[in-house]
Amino acid sequence: MTDPTFATRPDPARAAERDRDLKLLLAVLLALLGVTMTAIYALALNAGAAPRLADLALARVPQTGVDNPVTAVLLNYRAYDTLMELAVLLAALLGIWSLGPAPAGFQRSGPVLAGMVSWVVPLLIVAGGYMLWVGGYAPGGAFQAGALLGAAGVIVRLAGDPQAGLPGEAAQRWLLVLGVLVFTLVGLGLMLFGAGFLTYPPKLAKWLILLIESAATLAIGVALAAAYVGGRPTATSPLDPRPSAQPK
Amino acid sequence: MTAQLLYGGAGLMLFVLGIWSFLVHEPLLRKVIALNITGAGVFHVLIAVAYRGDAAPPDPVPHALVLTGIVVAVSATALALILGARLQDSDDDA
Amino acid sequence: MTQLVLLLLFDAVLLITLLGLALAAVLSPEPRRAVMLFIAFGLWLALVWARLHAPDVALAEAAIGAGLGGALMLAAARRAARARRQDAEAEP
Repeated sequence: MTDPTFATRPDPARAAERDRDLKLLLAVLLALLGVTMTAIYALALNAGAAPRLADLALARVPQTGVDNPVTAVLLNYRAYDTLMELAVLLAALLGIWSLGPAPAGFQRSGPVLAGMVSWVVPLLIVAGGYMLWVGGYAPGGAFQAGALLGAAGVIVRLAGDPQAGLPGEAAQRWLLVLGVLVFTLVGLGLMLFGAGFLTYPPKLAKWLILLIESAATLAIGVALAAAYVGGRPTATSPLDPRPSAQPK
Repeated sequence: MTAQLLYGGAGLMLFVLGIWSFLVHEPLLRKVIALNITGAGVFHVLIAVAYRGDAAPPDPVPHALVLTGIVVAVSATALALILGARLQDSDDDA
Repeated sequence: MTQLVLLLLFDAVLLITLLGLALAAVLSPEPRRAVMLFIAFGLWLALVWARLHAPDVALAEAAIGAGLGGALMLAAARRAARARRQDAEAEP
């Protein structure tokens, strides 16, 4: 070994040392970043109360058709955000499906778990519907309701149904695009009547928001359950909805 | 103001902790957890900014942003984990 | 005054536990353990957000972030454990 810098085989001890130095440098840099960000944050907080968006947003909640300010922001003031978010969820699921078919399911549950599942899943679906409705005036809304539906799907898959209780592929595709579809159609319909994209007339706002939220709940629930399944649904004949994944 | 500073500072610490773990740790699952903790730090700062004391109602705009962010974070997590599993499969086949 | 101090103490306990859970989740090398700690972290985060008057977000975090995210990660941890076991069997 003539020159250690140009050694062909890296010396493990030196490599470990360099690794440790790099990690130390990284920790120091990140600590500096943290201190800087905290200082900026503290300065920004002390800069005083400029006129803030919050008061404006809260003052106009009665005109939005819902009483829960967060739902008002999500579905009325910033409806674009929610539309794009549904599109992101759809894109993520398309990515998952394009990576291949779903892996095999779990073994079918015994009678005790199956009995519990037959109680819990309908309860979750009812709770999802409640969450959707209550979102108009109290904490809740389409995301939480969709999450409950998704959780129902996870439980059904854990109990042995490889498709997580979801319908066939064609129906799943329709359910998945339902959120974006209804959202866009409502927006375009409002444009047609001269109100502007997703600018609800106050009288109809409540029902339009409920319509969009219901579609979004179904889409979110199906998307989350399908993401847990983890792949494109495997082809099954319509006569036999339960594919024969389990050997006898 | 104290509470905002305290909770916001904690959010920034979570952010830095997540980035550190993301850069230092090798396995994909640990990187995904680290990214989720980074995201949680960002959400935490937003929620702390929205908090305006116990008397006043909180600012609903950051709340809605965080709600959107949580769903996006979970869809990204799902995609990353399944992509990782497929990469593992193709490594095993090779 | 005492009430203010007590509230500050409460905040401190909430935040220290939160940071402790995050640190434990990040530092744990065993995948399943890391995921469990991450789920605990997510649920605790929901609690902290409820304290900050954000019940909508707390609900979403508990259900989506900790619940479904945790379920996805547990599935991934299971796959990782199985892959490691297969490797160990292939090269005894």
